[in-house]
Amino acid sequence: MAELMIDAKDVTRNFTISRGMFRGKQQLKAVNGVDLTVERGEVLALVGESGCGKTTLAKVLLGLLPQTSGTVELCGQPINDVPRLALARTIQPIFQDPYSSLNPRKTIGSIIALPMKVQGIADQDSMRRRVEETMDLVGLPPRLYDAFPNQLSGGQRQRVAIARALVNRPQIVVCDEPTSALDVSVQSQILNLLNDLRNELNLTYIIISHNLAVVEHIATRVAVMYLGRIVEIADTDTLFKDPQHPYTRALLDSVLTPDPNMGIPNNQLGASYPNPIDPPSGCSFHPRCVNAMPHCATVAPNGKADGGHYVECHLYDDAS
Amino acid sequence: MSEINSKTLESQTKSSVFRRRVFGHQGVMIGAAIVLAAVLIALSAPLIAPHDPYYQDLLNRLVPPVWDSRGSWEHILGTDHLGRDYLSRLIYGARISLLIGVGAALISGLIGTVLGVAAGYFGGRVDMVVTFMITVRLSMPVVLVALAVVAIVGGSLQVVIMVLGFLLWDRFAVVMRSSTLQIRSMDYVAAAQAVGCSTTRILTTEIMPNVVNNLIVIATLEIAHAIILEAALSFLGLGVQPPLPSWGLMVSEGKDMMLFEPWLITIPGVALFLLVLAINLLGDGARDITAPENRN
Repeated sequence: MAELMIDAKDVTRNFTISRGMFRGKQQLKAVNGVDLTVERGEVLALVGESGCGKTTLAKVLLGLLPQTSGTVELCGQPINDVPRLALARTIQPIFQDPYSSLNPRKTIGSIIALPMKVQGIADQDSMRRRVEETMDLVGLPPRLYDAFPNQLSGGQRQRVAIARALVNRPQIVVCDEPTSALDVSVQSQILNLLNDLRNELNLTYIIISHNLAVVEHIATRVAVMYLGRIVEIADTDTLFKDPQHPYTRALLDSVLTPDPNMGIPNNQLGASYPNPIDPPSGCSFHPRCVNAMPHCATVAPNGKADGGHYVECHLYDDAS
Repeated sequence: MSEINSKTLESQTKSSVFRRRVFGHQGVMIGAAIVLAAVLIALSAPLIAPHDPYYQDLLNRLVPPVWDSRGSWEHILGTDHLGRDYLSRLIYGARISLLIGVGAALISGLIGTVLGVAAGYFGGRVDMVVTFMITVRLSMPVVLVALAVVAIVGGSLQVVIMVLGFLLWDRFAVVMRSSTLQIRSMDYVAAAQAVGCSTTRILTTEIMPNVVNNLIVIATLEIAHAIILEAALSFLGLGVQPPLPSWGLMVSEGKDMMLFEPWLITIPGVALFLLVLAINLLGDGARDITAPENRN
């Protein structure tokens, strides 16, 4: 068994929502009891609709948001016990929008050098050498060292963000939709770069994405999230060949084809995503599910693991 | 595009770009020239003032300026009702005005920035308290409160600076709060947190550089505001006390003779107007020049 990089158990993160002056406060369960393990060298993709808690889960894993309950272990250590700087050396984020992830007042060189400065590497020369090495690694020309972010294209900016994440050689990189803000032609470059870097530096990735083509291309394992829960996890091949959860099937069916004559696929979901403040009873997916059975509305399904394939749906309950 | 960018990058250093942008901005040039002149005059007042601003020559009262047929080159801008040289008082008055403007803006800028940045960055309870303080402050009429305080503790230069400093921080706090709130949600702040930056470092290297151009604009507005308020307080007799040569006080002392000797109030009035205008021009220009989207 490979080394466990991330071991999350029953992670929950609530947000308190104020509903107006006299109506009190309510808890929104953005992440609701997630179990997740990631092994070294794996590329785990988190997919799901907007608002299903992917980004919140990523922030919990990064230590940017404390979890409300549950435990997260990073390389065998509880995340809440890891000192700030050690945590930063282990896990690093790459954000979605390269236009907001770079400080417009700083030069590219100082943006990439920041993680080293924070870690207390004071030697200017070695710092500059490391920055230039990393820029070379991500395919940025050295002449951009003194440039400002607004002089760079979107793809170059994303490369800077990748360089900043990798300059201290972390072991895990969390990519929050690393390509969705980029042009299609640049997307593949960035994805290939991420893939090459993974092989070169022995990285573990968690990739959040809407884009199933991206997921199929880069991920080794896929977790499907719905309303703060992981409803299905499987190896990429298995999941794309044999999706089990009705929601996963609907997601895969909703991918647009390049042929415009085929129209927009009908995924049978209906338009309404449930309000996460007030989730449906029982299985939270039942109002939209094509296979809904009477007890789906009352009983929450238990997860069922078959080898590496985990699914949370009453369709796969043992006959009872 | 990238080719052009790389060329401009190679051919121009950062400072030369900055110089081009400063000298290419008319408003900044005009504003800077007037402010610089005012500062130089204020600094070298004892050297350039033709007379002692406090010396009363009761035989030569209300001498009109040199362009009037009754005027003389002895007193270029004439003399006031006590026979003091008007030009000298104007020159020494620049000291008072700038001192009060800059002093009050420094105090209020410090208070407002600390409160606003803390409210915007930490949010929650801190934000509630600061927002409440801003509301309280905004519901107080500045001139009235200043008048009351000065009437109780007595007017002097220091008191006026302190009072204005403690009353004019609201705009700093409001603007700093909202711009910090905006910057705080940017991904680069989250990235800085994720690389392990301390809160102090995030505030000083990620937040402050991105809100400081607003600070410059507000500071210039508040310097101008403080100068005008000082003039108003002095005009009402509760600001700087005679015989200090404040421009507001000069207007106040001249108002009784306004009908027959209009230059008594026009001259300090024009000086006030020019200084405030120049400071505002400088502030607008500073914002234009430092905004990152205009770089290049």
